[in-house]
Amino acid sequence: MDTEITLLVDGERHPLVVDTRTTLLDALRERLRITSPKKGCDHGQCGACTVLVDGRRVNSCLVLAVTVDDAEVTTSDGLAAEGEHPLHRAFLDNDAFQCGYCTPGQVCSAAGVLAEAKAGWPSTVTDDLTAEDVDLTDDEIRDRMSGNLCRCAAYAHIVPAVAAVAEAEGVRR
Amino acid sequence: MREFRYERATDAASAVALLAAEPEGAFLGGGTNLVDLMKLGVATPDLLVDVRRLTSAEVTDLPDGGLRIGAAVPNADLAADRRVRERFPVLSQALLAGASGQLRNRATTGGNLLQRTRCGYFTDVTRPCNKRSPGSGCGALEGVHRNHAILGQTLEGPGTCVATHPSDMAVALTALDAVVRVLGPDGEREVPIVELHRLPGDDASRDTTLRHGELITAIDLPALGMPSRYRKVRDRASFAFALVSIAAAVQVTDGMVADVRLALGGVAHKPWRATAAEEALRGRPATEESFAAAAEAELAAATPLRDNGFKVPLARNLVVRTLLQLTEGSR
Repeated sequence: MDTEITLLVDGERHPLVVDTRTTLLDALRERLRITSPKKGCDHGQCGACTVLVDGRRVNSCLVLAVTVDDAEVTTSDGLAAEGEHPLHRAFLDNDAFQCGYCTPGQVCSAAGVLAEAKAGWPSTVTDDLTAEDVDLTDDEIRDRMSGNLCRCAAYAHIVPAVAAVAEAEGVRR
Repeated sequence: MREFRYERATDAASAVALLAAEPEGAFLGGGTNLVDLMKLGVATPDLLVDVRRLTSAEVTDLPDGGLRIGAAVPNADLAADRRVRERFPVLSQALLAGASGQLRNRATTGGNLLQRTRCGYFTDVTRPCNKRSPGSGCGALEGVHRNHAILGQTLEGPGTCVATHPSDMAVALTALDAVVRVLGPDGEREVPIVELHRLPGDDASRDTTLRHGELITAIDLPALGMPSRYRKVRDRASFAFALVSIAAAVQVTDGMVADVRLALGGVAHKPWRATAAEEALRGRPATEESFAAAAEAELAAATPLRDNGFKVPLARNLVVRTLLQLTEGSR
């Protein structure tokens, strides 16, 4: 059933007519040709499709496009107003990928992790639930990034990449 | 995926009216479970009524120290709410133990309660499953059932089902005596959380006692006033469903158990309020022996399957260990 929507992606408006069954991921990739969000499992398990919706990380494969026609969508491409985002640089500097397929999702998820840490959100490995500040230790990063799989298993480099930006942004001691 | 109409109603009452008129329609919250089930062909609604903007996304204080949680509050926000972290740590811990950061951002409180089992026979339309297709049988009974129920299953007849309820949050709400506020075609009603979910009985297709068209609008938490904690045992350290989990709250006075609330997850078709264990504990000394006896009283009714017998001692040990941790310093 066709429905008119407008997607706001990385600062650009895209009027579209979509079948109600279309996910945000498919709308981005197949209609708008914005291909940095990747289709891995298509069931919310791998995180390759992670984008930010109104600043919050979500699995775009489980979001129907019709539900976000009034929201701001940010992909890895749009994280920085121009050029590279500190997370992009940190992933390069730390060699935090091999094939790169999961990387845009990892980067968007990491951007979400940093924002959540700045807001003081705890995780399942946080000892003191009532603490004001979050310290993104390696264990915290591993838990918070656990919704993003990397089949090349670059985890050992992804953790220090996220840690480097966390430290620069004051959420890692 | 079956074609469907998508509607955003103007308020909760009109959403209820829209859905009540469409027997094959469904409410859409965060969609993290429903959209997945639609892709799998397990859920085939012909109408989705988006209720994410219609119910409250706020947590508000109740006069007695309790909280009212709007049905649209995302799981992530509820876990991070300072009042929840301070007054109901068991609920924050349960939420944070579930799913991934991405899913918790999108999933809603009402939707979390209504998520369906992750039994592999339920989610695979080529397999028999009495929950998905009543009368087709239960593939898990003699199949792969390592992570299935040990309590309250239906082991024969047309209702045969050994699935578990997947929610962590619901286990904490069960221990907290939450009250689910529901709006239906005939008005509002309040459902105690232990009466929301049901055992398979003779009809495994019904997870809850809600009627078609009834919408969860909020969840009320009465004040707790005692230490609480959630623990979850799973195959991976993160992003995995529970093998067994526990939500516990206990008050010890002069070395005796003055009050206790226990609920188990991963063991049954619904979050399992451990009333036999609670009964065995009230007024008894807060000792490892009492805790073990209480756990055994609860698990005496267990009917484990061929490959999930390990859950019985796992649940027992989890009850004992969690109560020991919670009462450390007050025993």
